Amino acid sequence: HLTTSLPLPSERDHLRPRIDLIVFMIDIKSKYSLKNVEASLAHLDASFFLGKVCFLVTGVGRVNFCSVEMNAIWKLGEAYCSPVLFCELELEGIRIATAQRLLRMLQICAGHIPGVSALSFGTLMRNTADD
Amino acid sequence: QENADPNRTAFLLRKQWTLYSVSPLYRFHNSHLRDYARLLSAFIAAEKQKGLAVEVGVELDIKVAVSSIPDLKGSDRDQAAILVQLSLRSQASQKNSEDKLVWSGCFCCVFGDHLSENVSDDFTCLPLFLVNGAESYTSLVGTWFQKTFDCCFRRLAISPLNLCWMAAMWTGCKVDKAISAMELVFSVPSLPYPLDISYAIHPEDAKALWDTVQKTPGEITQEEVDVFMDCLYSHFHRHFKIRLSATKLVKVSTAVATAHCDGIVKFLQSKYLTGVLMLLTELAISQIQ
Repeated sequence: HLTTSLPLPSERDHLRPRIDLIVFMIDIKSKYSLKNVEASLAHLDASFFLGKVCFLVTGVGRVNFCSVEMNAIWKLGEAYCSPVLFCELELEGIRIATAQRLLRMLQICAGHIPGVSALSFGTLMRNTADD
Repeated sequence: QENADPNRTAFLLRKQWTLYSVSPLYRFHNSHLRDYARLLSAFIAAEKQKGLAVEVGVELDIKVAVSSIPDLKGSDRDQAAILVQLSLRSQASQKNSEDKLVWSGCFCCVFGDHLSENVSDDFTCLPLFLVNGAESYTSLVGTWFQKTFDCCFRRLAISPLNLCWMAAMWTGCKVDKAISAMELVFSVPSLPYPLDISYAIHPEDAKALWDTVQKTPGEITQEEVDVFMDCLYSHFHRHFKIRLSATKLVKVSTAVATAHCDGIVKFLQSKYLTGVLMLLTELAISQIQ
């Protein structure tokens, strides 16, 4: 399910399936996308931040189009205890690899992988990013 | 820097300069500038012979001058700037006809310590290269320098993030007469036709806004730059319902200098020349490293 901002419209609440993973996409070329994500985060129930949220930064291939400061994104990841992934949408290989990663994360968050919980996986991802 | 002779650096003002980053030059010696001029001149003549026409159809002689500008630097640890000038020798051998300057290239380094301290003494660090003139000459001179000193030239692009810093920094500079408006140009992405939005702000209003944002004079933080830009974006959104933060900032024009994301700048105030060059040197160094 794709949306441009949160909260989701309440009219369709009863039709919506359980949400296992939320990926906030930030386009490094657009300051507005960061602001939009920050505003949407405020509407999210706290329980999602136990491993069911991640940030996906796109447009990272071209440094000179950068309108968003990387420090701001790292701080966001830290503040919301969620991993930050990077992707260049225009390159097919990276796009496919990122999609596979997200699917894997979704499987874990939906509880389909025995022995690994969303929270433990999220902690694992964050610790490796810090290194 | 207060005792730098403004006349020696005045040639930089009010001209459009294209920026390049240059990796350190191997075995470049300030004492051999005349020899370099001779060698470069011979190289250009040879390339012309090979048919790489510089001026189509006209037989003109190119004179090369290479000089040092000791005043153009930041600290004493910086290398003095090197200026390369190409002039067309006038055809008619009249004594009072002057050679016409057709191309200028200036290598400089303003407060570039963090590059030069990590590099051996065989190398000369002049990371910022400013060019004014035809691309064909730039390519000739660049090729000769790359072959002779084993260095690498790259066009220096300026990201929207860095342009925001320049907008904030230059707005804060005190200028005697606020002549020109501050102008920001944005390029709108994802449209089938190219669309640029120009946002002009009265310089005094811009300075007043910056003065309320900046907490410590002489110091600028990323948060202050963000607040400054956000105020400008909100103001625009209130009036035009357009979110500039979703577009790409491509050009900043102030009374101090103008800068375009393709790495094209114009210096307008000699008082702030060193400051702007220091910032550009830093950008050049981060592109090299």
